[in-house]
Order: sequence, then C-alpha cells, then structure tokens
Amino acid sequence: MINQGVEPAGPGPVSPEQAKAQDNRVLGFWIFLSGECAFFASLIGTYLSLNTHTAGATTLVSLIDLPLTGLMTLSLLTSSLTMVFAFLAMNRGELQAMKVWLWVTALLGAVFLDLQIFEFSHYMASGFTMGTSAAASAFFALVGFHGLHVAFGLFWIISLLSYSFKDGITAANTSKVWIAGLYWHFVDVVWVIIFTVVYLLPKVH
Amino acid sequence: MAAIAERVGAQPKAHAQGYLMSWLTTADHKRIGIMYLLASTLFFVVGGLEALMIRIQLSHPGNTFVSPTLYDQLFTMHGTTMIFLAVMPLFIGFINCIVPLQIGARDVAFPRMNALSLWLFVLGGILLNSSWFLGGAPNAGWFNYAPISLTPFNPGPGIDFYDIGLQLAGIGTLMTGINFIATIINMRAPGMSLMRMPLFTWTTFVTSVLILFAFPPFTVNLFLLMFDRLMGANFFNIAKGGNVLLWQHLFWIFGHPEVYILILPAFGIISEVIATFSRKTLFGYDSMVLATIAIGFLAFTVWVHHMFVDGFGPYVNSLFAITTMAIAVPTGVKIFNWIFTMWGGKIKFTTAMLFATGFIPLFVIGGISGVMLAMAPADFQYNDSYFVVAHLHYVLIGGSLMGVLAGAYYWFPKITGRLLNETLGKWHFWLLMIGFNVTFFPMHFLGLLGMPRRVATYSAALGPAVAFWNLVSTIGAFILAISFLFFFYNLFKTLRSGERAGPDPWDGRALEWAISSPAPVYNFAQTPLIRGRDAWWVEKTEGDGRLRAAEAESADGQHHGIHMPSGSIYPFLIALGLMIAGYGAIFGLLLLVAIGLVLAFFSIHRMIVAEDPGEIVEPVGGDGE
Ligand SMILES: [Cu+2]
Repeated sequence: MINQGVEPAGPGPVSPEQAKAQDNRVLGFWIFLSGECAFFASLIGTYLSLNTHTAGATTLVSLIDLPLTGLMTLSLLTSSLTMVFAFLAMNRGELQAMKVWLWVTALLGAVFLDLQIFEFSHYMASGFTMGTSAAASAFFALVGFHGLHVAFGLFWIISLLSYSFKDGITAANTSKVWIAGLYWHFVDVVWVIIFTVVYLLPKVH
Repeated sequence: MAAIAERVGAQPKAHAQGYLMSWLTTADHKRIGIMYLLASTLFFVVGGLEALMIRIQLSHPGNTFVSPTLYDQLFTMHGTTMIFLAVMPLFIGFINCIVPLQIGARDVAFPRMNALSLWLFVLGGILLNSSWFLGGAPNAGWFNYAPISLTPFNPGPGIDFYDIGLQLAGIGTLMTGINFIATIINMRAPGMSLMRMPLFTWTTFVTSVLILFAFPPFTVNLFLLMFDRLMGANFFNIAKGGNVLLWQHLFWIFGHPEVYILILPAFGIISEVIATFSRKTLFGYDSMVLATIAIGFLAFTVWVHHMFVDGFGPYVNSLFAITTMAIAVPTGVKIFNWIFTMWGGKIKFTTAMLFATGFIPLFVIGGISGVMLAMAPADFQYNDSYFVVAHLHYVLIGGSLMGVLAGAYYWFPKITGRLLNETLGKWHFWLLMIGFNVTFFPMHFLGLLGMPRRVATYSAALGPAVAFWNLVSTIGAFILAISFLFFFYNLFKTLRSGERAGPDPWDGRALEWAISSPAPVYNFAQTPLIRGRDAWWVEKTEGDGRLRAAEAESADGQHHGIHMPSGSIYPFLIALGLMIAGYGAIFGLLLLVAIGLVLAFFSIHRMIVAEDPGEIVEPVGGDGE
C-alpha cells in the first residue's frame, strides 16, 4: 500500500530476496521520516519557546523580507512538482525524461539554497547572528537544519544522477529514486510549516 | 574472537580478503551482534572500574583517594558509559543475534545500515572514552545539565567529547531502531503473525519505536549544546535570553523513554527464559504484549518526574506523578504473568533461570522505590540523595543487567555453539546477588540519612551510621566485582574448551532453537512455515520435530543457492569519517573536520549509488544438524 507507484518497470530477474529489499527500503524510509518528524518537532518546539527571548537585540521580524522568502517557498514547492514529473516519467519507463526532471528539481533546490544563503548573510550583516540572542540562535538552528536537509537532498539527487542507470530503469533503482523523492517532498512540507510559523505569522501580526 | 568466528559460519569465498577485513565489512547480523556484545562488554568493564574507584573514594568520610575534579569525571563517565555504551548495546547485541532467528528471517531489513550502526556506536564510544587522555573526561553527570555544561563553567573539552561521542553513538542507535522496526514488520516468515511473535521480538519492536521517537530530541539537544559551546549560540545562556530548562525538557523527553529502552528488552528475555525453564507457554501472552505497548506509550508522558523540584507547581507535578504511578500497572501485570508462568511448571533452575527469577524480587524493590519517588511531595525529600542512587541501581542492575545476564547464559550456546559452565555460573549468580544487595540496599538508608549524590566525599559529622553503611556498600561493590571475575573466567574457559551445545540445549520454544548452534550464515536453509505461538515447540509436540518449509522445493528439483547481502567497507568508513570530523570539531581544527566529512560523504555517495549484487550461498545439509 505504501509503495504504490513503485512498479518494477524494467526487465531482469528479481530474486525474492531482492524484491524484499526494495520493499524494505520504502518501508524503512517511512519509518525514518517519522523520526525526522520528531527531530523537527523538537527544533520547532525550541523555536517557539525561545522566539520572544530577544534579549533586547535585533529581532527577526524587523528583518524579514516576505517577497524573498515567498520566492524561496515558490522554488521549493515547484521542485516538488518537478519531482512528481520525474516519478511519472519513471513509471512510464522514460529514462531521459526522468533524468531531465531530476535535474530541474536539483536546480530549483539549488535556487532555494542560494536564496537562503543570501538571506542569512543579509541578516548577519544587519547584526542578527547566532550569538545575538536565544531567539536568533533558535532561528538559525531551525531554518539552518532545514537548509542542510535541502542540501543533503541535492547531494542525494545528484548522486543518483551521476549513477548512470546503465541498465535503464530497474526494480532496484526505482525504489532508490522513490525514496529520494519521498525525502524531497518531506523537506518541502517541513518548509511550509517553517514558512508559516517563522515568517508568515509573525510578519502578518 | 577467533574461536567464535570459526563457528559462526565461514564467510563465502568472495570474502577471503583477510580476517580483519571480513569483520570490518561484514553485514551478517550474527557477526554484528557478536561485535556489539564484545565492544559493550569492554565498555562495561571500564564503567565497572570507574564504579569501583567511586566506591573506594566513598568508603570513609573525608577520603582523598581521588580529587573532587576526578570524582566528577568518574561518576559522569560511569553513568554515561553504563547506559549508552554498555547496557543498551548489550541488548542491541542480543537483538541482532537473536531477533532475525526468532522471526525466521535471513537477515535484518538493512544489513549494511546495521553495520553502520555498529561502527558509529564503537567509534563514538572510543571517542568519548579517549577524553580521559585528551584534556579530561566530561564531568557534568550523564544528564549533562546546562549551565554546568556551558563553556564559562566548563571550559575544557570534556563536555564536547560527551556531546559528539553520544551524537555519533546515538545516530547509530537511531538507525538500529529503524532497522528492527522494518525487520519485524517486513521480514517475518510466513505464518509468523504479530500475535505469534516471541516476547523478546515484541519487546524489541516496542523498544525500537521508543528509540525512533526518543533519540531525535536528544540529537537536537546535543546539537543545541554544541552550538552554544562551539559556535557562540545562546540556547542555554540566560544573559542572552536562553533557558536552561530547555535542556532538561529535551533531555528527559529522551531520558525517560531511554530507561525503558534499557528495561523492555530485559522483560522480553525474562519472558523467554521463564517460559523455557518452566516448560510452559508464557502465561497471559496477550496481556504481556499489551502491557509492553502500554509501557512504551506511557514512557513519553512522564518526563517531568525528573524535574519535580524545578518549581512547575502542584498541578503540573500532580499530573506527572499520576502518569508515573500509572506505569506500575502494566509493570505489575508482567510480574504476575511471570509468576503464573512458573506456577505449576516443571521448573529447572539453570543459571539463566536463576538470573530470571532473581530479577523479579530485585526489580520489584526498584519498582517500589520508584513509586515512592513518583510522589512529588516526597520526592522533594529524596531528590539528589542516595535514595535515588539505590532506586536506579535496583532497576538498572536488578532489572536490566539481570536481564542481560539471563540472556547471556541462555543464548551463549546459540551464539557460540558452546554451553557456559553451570557451576561457575551459579557462583556468579550467588555472589552477584549478595554483592549487589550489600552494595545498594544500604544506599536507601544513606539517602534517608541525608547523604547527597554527586559529591566527592561526606563529612564524618553526618554520623557513624553514614560512615558504616558507606563502608558496607564499598565491600559489597568488591563482592559484585568478584562475581564478574567468575563470569569472565567462564566466558574464557567456555570459548576454549566448553561443552558443545546441540541445536536445542534447553528444549526451547522459539524458532532460534530449531537451527544449528551457531546458526549458519543463511540462518534457515528454507524459509520456515510458522504454525503457532512457540513455533518450535509446536513442531516438537504436534509436528514431527522438524521445521516445515514455507515453499515446496522448486519445480525442477534443483537445489538453489541462497541470495545473501554482500558486505561493504563503506559503513565503517562513514563512521570513521564522522569520528575524524568529531575530533576536528572538539579541537577546532577545521581541516580535520573537512577531511572527516569528505571521507564520510564520499562513502555515503558510494552507498547511495552502489548496487548490492549480493552473494549466493549454498546451504549445507538440512536444518537442525
Ligand atoms: Cu523517568
């Protein structure tokens, strides 16, 4: 049920042990993601408990540039869409199309990271750093860890692309692409929460 | 180790790259389990020696055997080592060796991630212990409270060793949790429904779920502390708006489930051992499973009982006192089920059974002092006194360690093929029972007499009773240590010339006893068909004493090889890279951090892209030979 969409597209004999391994990979990844939920829940809890502890120093809300973070949100959400296109291509067995969509996804992820680096350096130049206050520390920890997750996703997608798919799309590599995609969507969902909690609500209030 | 290796099933030919490499690259759950057991036994000895030094120091009032500075490091490293590097990985060792056999699987769901878990634990533990030689060990307790753990109060590298060593080992443990959830959900043999699983498999499953949700808050906490100490952040720095209670909350949201991670596998082992040596099926199996799940759930609802004196007020304290006491209910259910399992059974007091039955009264004493501590107003009196030390050792030694030892005597023949000597085992048990109670029972009195924890010495003015009971406790600690000399001599002697164990030396009930000892590399020549609870017992009493195969031989009548996962050096290299980066972070050497991370990420990349061709292993003979 949970691995709908992973259809062994390619030919080639698959031993029962190998089929089990594909199955395990998808199940194990869902389990890993529930651990990730606890990880981000702890960071978000930390942020919510400290975000008013500004120690009289520069506050985040005075620096937030909603159009910039809106653009970041847009690029990440679009990258989830392109990841879906990569899946669809994979399920149709279209190797080239899948690779192209994966590259587009990676590119959008890189745009997000680039904007985030720009955002962070802007904050730091304005006197809002890890050492400014507890609230600032909590901001950089939460948003920074999310950024690291995006960076790891990028590393992962590019690792997969550098792997030549020499036998075309097979049962073995479908599940590899599938879990990378799952990870990417998860990181995207976490960003939606961060965008709402960290940027949108404080700015709107 | 050589002696074990010979019998643990020779590795396939492709692996003839040498003896050391075959262990560094192995993905076989049985060999990984053995390495877990060996490494955590070594850490256990280190933690035990630290305990002995603590007891020598406390044997007389005003003693100067160790300095207060060293004392702080000793009690911190004793607790940290015993919890993270000894007892928990000892259980993980048994889980690795036994759970795949109990569910009729060829291996775990992720064999190479399993190797990564092992190496992160081993190298993280080595990094943590290397602090003794590299600027001083951590000294802020195993709970490492802020602000004592912050740079202004603790400028040395000790706390950074704690932080990064436990981060590495913790990530390994987290992956173990993921691995065994997936293994137990997905790798069970046909017919092994959830409610047919042996209790040890059930407790492993719930323990793994606890690991999955308890370790991430700890990971986050360790990161926050690292940021405060190494990167100038202010999570716990009150001057800049930080909050020291944040550490306590995140720590105990992890820490309380952690103590159940340390006890649930023991419950599983006790259930297996008592059923086997009473020659009866476990009494109240369904309620045992439900109680395990209930304890797992409640584990996340009680953490503030470690923070009663923080001043949250009577409403919060009452709430957490009630949830804490509620845990006594499912735990009591288990105690009664074990007693009813023995009731009317044909009990055989092997050493394993002695440890399992000894567990019950000791754990009940620990449970009673636990309920006493759970009463928030009374806890204001007990808090930070030796009463708490008595309580936690009754549940961790009387509970967890007794479980480990019952498991050790019970499964040693399955893991190594040889039976531990029963006479030496009984010496071990009785000396341990005497030594343990002489050491720790007086600590109840010491606590009530007002002796505080974590202080390097005490004044003679506390009275002759305090001095007397401390001396008694120290004498007990040496009896306890001597009991372990019997155990280690037994291990040594048995591995050299112990009696050979057949496949089923105890007339066991679960599936691991249906195959040869030690298990062949592929575990089961044919995936077995499970026909009931106590799967192997069912075959012995209702079948023909052989496992049935889940599928018929292939149509062409040919014997097909078994596809096994191949080993890999990359799990070791990932852990090594992260360890190098850890040293770099501790000493502020950015180049070292970069080298370590490059090695780790190169290896992760290789793991992501690698195909696992696996290896074909030919089964030898049939099951049960
Ligand atoms: Cu607790």
